[in-house]
Amino acid sequence: MVGALGARSIRQTFRRPQLLAPIVVFPTLLLAIQTGGAGASIELPGFPPVHSFLQFMLAGSMMQSMMLAGNSGGIAFAVDIEMGFTDRLFAAPIPRFAIVLGRLAGTAALGLFAALWFLAIGLVFGTPIEGGVPGALLAMALVTASALAVGGIGAAIALRTGSASVVQGLFPLVLVVLFLSSAFFPLELMIEPAKTIAEYNPLSFIVEGVRGPIISGIDATQTLEAVAAIAGVVALGLVLSARALRHRLRVG
Amino acid sequence: MQAITVEGLERAFGDVLAVQGIDLTVAEGEIYGFLGPNGAGKTTTVRMLTTLLLPTGGRAGVAGHDVVAEARQVRASIGVALQEAALDPLMTGRELIRLQATLQGLPPAAGRERADSLLERVDLTGAADRRVGTYSGGMKRRLDLAAALVHEPSVLFLDEPTTGLDPVSRKTIWEEVRALNEDGTTVFLTTQYLEEADQLADNVGIIDRGRIVAEGTPESLKDEIGDPHVELLLAEGSVAEAERVCAEIGRLLPPKDGKRVLVEVENGAADIPRVVRALDEAGIGVESLELVRPTLDDVFVDKTGHHLEKEESEDGGEEPVPA
Repeated sequence: MVGALGARSIRQTFRRPQLLAPIVVFPTLLLAIQTGGAGASIELPGFPPVHSFLQFMLAGSMMQSMMLAGNSGGIAFAVDIEMGFTDRLFAAPIPRFAIVLGRLAGTAALGLFAALWFLAIGLVFGTPIEGGVPGALLAMALVTASALAVGGIGAAIALRTGSASVVQGLFPLVLVVLFLSSAFFPLELMIEPAKTIAEYNPLSFIVEGVRGPIISGIDATQTLEAVAAIAGVVALGLVLSARALRHRLRVG
Repeated sequence: MQAITVEGLERAFGDVLAVQGIDLTVAEGEIYGFLGPNGAGKTTTVRMLTTLLLPTGGRAGVAGHDVVAEARQVRASIGVALQEAALDPLMTGRELIRLQATLQGLPPAAGRERADSLLERVDLTGAADRRVGTYSGGMKRRLDLAAALVHEPSVLFLDEPTTGLDPVSRKTIWEEVRALNEDGTTVFLTTQYLEEADQLADNVGIIDRGRIVAEGTPESLKDEIGDPHVELLLAEGSVAEAERVCAEIGRLLPPKDGKRVLVEVENGAADIPRVVRALDEAGIGVESLELVRPTLDDVFVDKTGHHLEKEESEDGGEEPVPA
């Protein structure tokens, strides 16, 4: 039944272009602009050794897409609440948290799609994946898991507020979190206070975990740090979702 | 066994007591009409009985299970079609019924078969593979009803199933409700339409401002009120003067719209000449006169002091259903 609900949420996203566009179009455009405009920055002293700026940026684009997938999932969930569709689900004899998990399954699938999309872009433009097939699979797995994690927070906000416009209003915050991480620029070259914020931003650990297999190969420490960061966000998302679900069922 | 039992059921939202300690029972196989104006507490009651909202007091049982302690068993036994048809406009009708079947635990093949049969039952086979967003209001209600029936529930909750529908669509829904009841399904139906409660319900509970003010069969409730009344539309003369004259003949009833005079007449049609003569002697002209037998609105007036129908006309009124 989680699968059925997940399939529905995926179908919903592909049938509602305004939810799909931020996940694919916007990050791809930004990737094109940044690669075209800032490509020479890889020559800066201290920039990690990479094949190209595109190779460096792929992980950031995947993260951006993933974060927006989480936000879109939250918006879609809030729309379900607003139109009463969640009442249909809550009135069914299923564990109510399965409704949240179904939504998260859909968001995770979109995360996987984002990973595949950007890996494909990289390969089309001649970017090598230094970690090979295992590296690509690891990157995909981390992005998918991250989407699940961020989706949990989106779902919690949707359940708590029941308002699509409130969830949509968080879109700028998503960009702030992204830019205050190593998604689009190496930590080593950031200036304070952005550098310190980025160092402690869980998203930076996840980005580095995804970027590592692309630009240099699989590193166990980097991977474990990414997994730990994802696990932290997953735990936070699940706790917030569970509390928000209880609140919604209490107040109807 | 009683299909639904409610004892002292209460729901507060902050300081507002939306449902104030109601008691009711619904027998198996009955159609129970829960009648009341907007804001009376009908939907809040339904949401508690269908486990969508926790009560803040009292207890309730549906299909033999407590709505709080055995919520999941309640949900397995009930079908629910809420006031706003809870449909995803991006899904097709068939996808929705199949999803509902999955949620109710039907295996995929059985779910597909059940979807086909229900879509045929509610005459949506032709539109089954179109997105719900393209459906008319009547089609959406029929789909919502079909989704509520996918697991053949023993108790069906319908929250204002015909609100906003045209008379023909409303009649279709009524026929479907009767057919379901003949098959043995208990139906708990909320409505703000007198005719709907009168036509469909075996028993009616009238709720106003969170309290049940009357309960019984439609006929017994109307018999309780007793006498018919005369409804006068004046051609000339003041309403106040007409009311003064009529008060000497029978009991005045609360005015509906400021243009008509309503007076209860103990002897029915036999009292009409008295009324006409008295008004004529007072120089008051009558444009039309009607003898009205008690309706559920009269029951409502008797119990609450205000009309249910007046509040309906403020909302746009009820359209008559074709015979």
